[in-house]
This record gives sequence, C-alpha cells and structure tokens, in this order.
Amino acid sequence: MNFNEKSAFMEEQARLDEFNRKLEAGEKIEPKDWMPERFRKQLIRMMSQHAHSEIVGMLPEGNWITRAPSLRRKLILLAKVQDEAGHGLYLYSGTETLGVSREQLIEDLHSGRAKYANIFNYPTLTWADIPIIGWLVDGAAIVNQTMLAKSSYGPYARANLRICKEESFHKKQGYEAVALLANGTPEQKKMVQDAVDRWWWPTLMMFGPHDSNSPNSSELINWKVKTKTNDELRQSFVDRTVEEAHAVGLTIPDPDLKFNEEIGHWDFGPIDFDELYRVVNGDGPCNKERLDARRSAWDNGAWVRDAASEYARKQKLRTIKAS
Amino acid sequence: MSEITNDWPVWEVFTQKKSGAPHEHAGNLHAPDAEMALQNARDVYSRRNEAVSIWVVPAEHIVSSTPEDMGPFFDPANDKIYRHPQFYSVPKVVKKRS
Ligand SMILES: [Fe+2]
Ligand SMILES: [Fe+2]
Repeated sequence: MNFNEKSAFMEEQARLDEFNRKLEAGEKIEPKDWMPERFRKQLIRMMSQHAHSEIVGMLPEGNWITRAPSLRRKLILLAKVQDEAGHGLYLYSGTETLGVSREQLIEDLHSGRAKYANIFNYPTLTWADIPIIGWLVDGAAIVNQTMLAKSSYGPYARANLRICKEESFHKKQGYEAVALLANGTPEQKKMVQDAVDRWWWPTLMMFGPHDSNSPNSSELINWKVKTKTNDELRQSFVDRTVEEAHAVGLTIPDPDLKFNEEIGHWDFGPIDFDELYRVVNGDGPCNKERLDARRSAWDNGAWVRDAASEYARKQKLRTIKAS
Repeated sequence: MSEITNDWPVWEVFTQKKSGAPHEHAGNLHAPDAEMALQNARDVYSRRNEAVSIWVVPAEHIVSSTPEDMGPFFDPANDKIYRHPQFYSVPKVVKKRS
C-alpha cells in the first residue's frame, strides 16, 4: 500500500466508524451522509419494493370502486385508494434520495424486474374481499410500517410515519364492514368467511420467509433499517387479528391455531412458502393482469404528461420573452 | 409502451398547519411547473386538512450545509453559553416566582 492508498483506506475506515457510531447511538442516516454501498443498494431494493406495492395495491381494490354497495362505501374506497397512491409517492420520493431516478424505478416495475408484495397478485372475487383487505392486508401493513417508522434511514422513517397516520382509517373501515357482513344475512356471513379463508394465508406470507431463511432481513436488522424480525412481526399480527376475528364470529382457516398459555401467543400452522416464492416471482393468479394494468395506465396517461410538459415549456418561453 | 422520459423537476413542499405556525418541510414531488406543483402538493400532502398554506420551492434552489460541516460550521455557537438564560444567576426569591 503506498501513502495515497493508505490514507484513502483510513479515510474510508473513519467514515465507516462514524456510520456505525450513528447507528449505535440511534441517530438517523440522512441522504447526504456517507453510507456503505451495500446499505444504499439494499435500501433502494427494499424501499422501491414498498413503493411498488402501494401502487400495485390500488388495483385489486380499484376493481370494486364502481360496484361498491353504497355511496358511503364508494367514497370510503375512493379515499383509501387515493391514500395508497400518496403512500407510493412518499416512498418513491424517499427512494430517490438514494440516487435512483423516478423513471428508473417505474421502468423496473413495468419491465417486471422489480418485485412487489405477493398479496396484490390475488383476485378480488366478491365485495367481501374489499373489507377483508382493509382489515387483514392493511392490518398487516400497519404492523410492518409502525416498525419502519423507526427505521435508521431518515427519509424512510419519515415516509412511514406519514403513512401510519393514514393506515388506521384503512384498517378501521375494513373491520367495520367485515363486522357488518359477519352479522348480516347467512349469505353475507358465508361470503365474508369465504374471503377470510382465501386471504388469511397470503396475508401471513406478506411478512416474508422465516427468520432462519431470510438473509436480507437479518442484514437490515443489523443496520436498524428494520427493528423486528419477520417472525416477530407475523406473530404480533396473528395475536391481534385472531382476537378481532373471534370478536365478530369469524373462523381463521387454520386447524393448528391454538393459544399457547406458556408464552402468551397464538401458535399457528405451517405456511406454504413455495406459494410465496411462486407468486413473488411472477406466477401468481394475477401477476400479468397487474403489470398489464400498470403499463396501460402509464401509456394512456402519456398525453397528459406531454401536455403538461409542453404547457410548462410555453409558459416559460412567454415569461422570458416578456422580460 | 411509451418511453419513460419524465424529466420534471423536483419541488420541495412546505406546509403550514395553522395560521401563525411556521411552514415545515413535508416532502417533495415532481411537477412541470409551479402551478401543478402546488396542486399536487395539496393532493399529496394535505388530504386531511394538514395545511392552511403551502409553499413549493424548486429543489435545485435550496442551498444546504453538508454533513461534513456539522462540527466546524456550527462550532461558533458551542462556546457561547452566555447566550442561554441558564448562564445567569438570579436571587432565590425572584427565582421562585418565575
Ligand atoms: Fe398504504
Ligand atoms: Fe393502506
């Protein structure tokens, strides 16, 4: 090592020490701070997947906006889906602070390179699926995002904090509508139980593979990007959701589900992770439909973006000429 | 698929929660011009009356200190404890009242 190499090495080491000191002290890492390349890369992967999930997540629910059973439910659903667009934007903005462009992120989604949450590749077959998504899927998202609001990367923490403020409405409106159906006519009760049966397991898969099988997760925990493991988050979701299901007389489709007095948690049966990998890697019931919908929304909106750009360009020219 | 060439600039968004309060940074967005930036900021950052006033500023016009500055740049404030009220002693009787 010559002198220059040596001083470069020591400088790098000092930066890494400072980075680790900040994490240790519970301080946030901000966009302009030095960070290891691997940290940046993993954050881009995680945050963009989260952003894509919010955007693709609008599709299964959007499917029922025109057929909501009342004006009240339609207004609620519209507001919720609009919130999800906002969540996607907060997260894309946060991801861009890591040096990746919005165009690149969108292209990654449209080309199928990027991944998003498994859950949005399942179809919404009946109206009951909409309340169930609010209750289960947004309920699971709350557990995850409450943790992420304390993430060590400043922009990610702030985006999740903003998101969390809106999620409780999403879950509450869902649970209210679930309770209504569960206490309704025998047909309504059957319809909502059928929705629970279809959505329960995919929702548990949202938390990702078991800790023993999740190298990404343990790396993110070391950096305090995440502060809880997949299995811890999943357990806390199960604990609170089982009680909510029983409160409205719904059954969780798991014969192994049993309260474990010793540890004070609900034990549950094995999860089919093969299904998770299949769905995440493109082979779920609706993957193609979702991506097609995203691409056509992008293409059909092109003229609007072009018109806005052109209008802005002309306005600018006009002000330059006038001055 | 149409080509993805959206080179709209980034605008930083500042919102005021209620009149009299300071404008605080809320986040940012892309928009082709100021008018759309303002409209989008309303839709993105104030869907629940979070703001009574919004500022949008082209991000490129914001000048900021750098993390490396952190120590030396803010140094001049460190050794001026006489700028704080705790620096001064006050007779005990008076102290109780305040
Ligand atoms: Fe969301
Ligand atoms: Fe949500």
